[in-house]
Parts: sequence; structure tokens; C-alpha cells
Amino acid sequence: MVTKITKGCVIYNSPTSLGNKTGGWRTMKPVVDEEKCKKCNICWQFCPDSSIEPADRKANKAIKINYDYCKGCGICAAECPFKAITMVMEEK
Amino acid sequence: MADLLAPGHRGCAGCPASICVRQVLDAAGPNTICTNATGCLEVMTTPYPETAWKVPWAHSAFENSAAMASGIEAAYKALNRRNGTNKKPNIIAFAGDGGTFDIGLQALSGALERGHRMLFVCYDNEAYMNTGIQRCSSSPIGAWTTTSPEGSCSSGKTQRKKPIAMIAAAHDIPYVATACISYPQDLKAKVKKALSFDGPSFLHVFAPCPTGWRFPSEKTIAMGKLAVETGVFVLYEMTDAEPMKPIVTVKPKEFRPVEEYLQAQGRFAHLFKPKRDEVTLKRIQEDVDRKLKWVGLKP
Repeated sequence: MVTKITKGCVIYNSPTSLGNKTGGWRTMKPVVDEEKCKKCNICWQFCPDSSIEPADRKANKAIKINYDYCKGCGICAAECPFKAITMVMEEK
Repeated sequence: MADLLAPGHRGCAGCPASICVRQVLDAAGPNTICTNATGCLEVMTTPYPETAWKVPWAHSAFENSAAMASGIEAAYKALNRRNGTNKKPNIIAFAGDGGTFDIGLQALSGALERGHRMLFVCYDNEAYMNTGIQRCSSSPIGAWTTTSPEGSCSSGKTQRKKPIAMIAAAHDIPYVATACISYPQDLKAKVKKALSFDGPSFLHVFAPCPTGWRFPSEKTIAMGKLAVETGVFVLYEMTDAEPMKPIVTVKPKEFRPVEEYLQAQGRFAHLFKPKRDEVTLKRIQEDVDRKLKWVGLKP
């Protein structure tokens, strides 16, 4: 990627990392069972890639995984106390 | 609940450093300025022109994250005086264990002594992970790294881990605490408390690294819990009201055997295969017991 280098290498329009879709790194993919999700957001606390949209208890909305960036580490599935997330093989 | 670290950074799957940053920034809020020593965190979040940080952030050199943060604090003081304002953003210096225990120690010591209002967060993954898992003074006894290899004449690192929180506390600063990414409530409470003081504070965050420690990426959080439950890492805090008197915040009912923690990681595999290395295992257990005695969890 060719870019014009800014003075002092300052990046003005952060976050610019959004252009780097890390979802392609994944071999296993987390799938959420929305009925089992108790909206506790424990998985959200532990996601290293900020790839979980937090659940909203008031709107009765379960968590949602952003597959554009999820690297499939499996922490959310391992830490969910209600076993609402399962890891399945990624198929394309 | 807002993420102040954007996705798209290049951390390994299951990276503890980004979990640490997300939790710290969630507690600190958007009115925060960060500095960052060289290390995994800096390299993975900001390959120019990309950045994952949604708060003002600056990269210092390897050794001077604390010095840069103290400069920012001093600049705010001067600008407030000149403009008659009273702006007091949170100032947080991030560094890995290399940038804290070894290379950044003198800058950290200087900043703590000068008494700047800032929080220094060390995410400790117990080796130089960014350059390929080299031994650090934070690596524990018996750990394999590329510069403390195991073999017929060596069983990993021979020396003890440096007690950095105690070293920071010996500067007689307002607040020192240890935390672990596996206990987010405890970590966030400590960040909020640290930022409430009008002086320097230090937070030592235990961050199990799947790549360097050789365990599956989904076990990052479980490994942190295991470290606390076996007594390998103790979560405590100290204030200058009672200097050098650690108050344990997460106390396991009963300590699990240290071997459970060692067996779960590939970096300690040579202690069990091809035959058990009783001498090193005994040293590790003794070291854990010593540290538990320090904080008053063992008589």
C-alpha cells in the first residue's frame, strides 16, 4: 500500500485498522445460540479482537459476532457459562 | 460499553495484550491519553498508516513509555497554568514486561519518583514475545524460551521472576496493584482506583500468551485463572496509607497444585517428559510458597 506520509507520522482518521479484515485467519468459527444467550456479555469482556457486539438485555438482543474480524481463537466459546457459543469448522 | 480498541489489529488469535487494553480502556473511558513502549502491543495495533486506537496514542521508544507519559502530564500542567483551564485527562503508559522489568525500568523508576499523575500498566507475558520469545527477567523458573532452552545441561530459565509490583511499591507511590485479564471486574476496579489518585500508580497485569507459552488460543483466560488458583500469581493492591502491605483482593479457597498450571503449558513440557525433573519442580513450588508467604497467604 502506497500512502503519503504525514508529518510526524500522525494518523488523523483513527481507527484505520478497520481496513484489515482479519476474519480470513479463521479455521474454526463461533456460532451463537441466541436462545441460550443470557446477555451477560462475559464473552464481550474477553474478546481480543473487539469482534463481539454486546448484547442488550432491555431490547432482548443476543450478542452478535462480527465475522469480518473474528480470528476464531475460541475464547468466547470456552468462557461462556451457558455454553451458548459453539466452535464449528469454517467452510467456504 | 464501548470498545476503545478497534478490530483489525494484527495480534495473534487469543492475544492477551489486546484483552488487557480493552479492559483497561473500558474502565478509564474515552478521556484518556496513552503512551506505548515498543513491543507486541505497539507493533500489532499500529503498523503505519493503520491504528486500532480510538483514544490519543503515541509510541515512545522501548525504554521510555513512562518518561513520555510524565512529559504529557507536565505539559498539561503548564498549559492549564497558561490558559487558566483545569483539564485533567487520564494518562496511561502501556508497556510489556520487557519495557517494564528490563529496558523500561529506569524511566519507570524516574517517573514514579517525580510523582506525575499517571498510571503505568505492564502487561506481563513473561518473555520478549514480539522478537520471538526471548528470556526476560519476568520469565519464571523452569520456563523454556529461545534463549533459555531446555536440554541435557539446562531445564529452562534458572533464575526467579523479578517482583516488579514490590519494586514499584518501594518507591512509596499512592497505588500499586496486580491484576489478571481473567478477572475483569477486579482489574477494572483497580484501574478506576488507580486513576483516582493525584500521583503515580502502577498496575501489573498477568497476561498468558498462547503463542509463547505453547497452549491453545481458547485457553488464554483459563490459564490466567489457573495461575491465580495455583498461587503462581497473586492479585493484591497496596496504597501508601500502608506502604508495602499487600491486601489480597482475589483469594482462592484452596490452592491447587502448581503442577496443574505447569502441565497445561508447552514451555514447561521438559519438566515432565521424558522424565520428571524433580529438582526444578521442587524449586518452582518453593518459589511459589515464598511469594505466598510475602503476601500473607501462607504462614
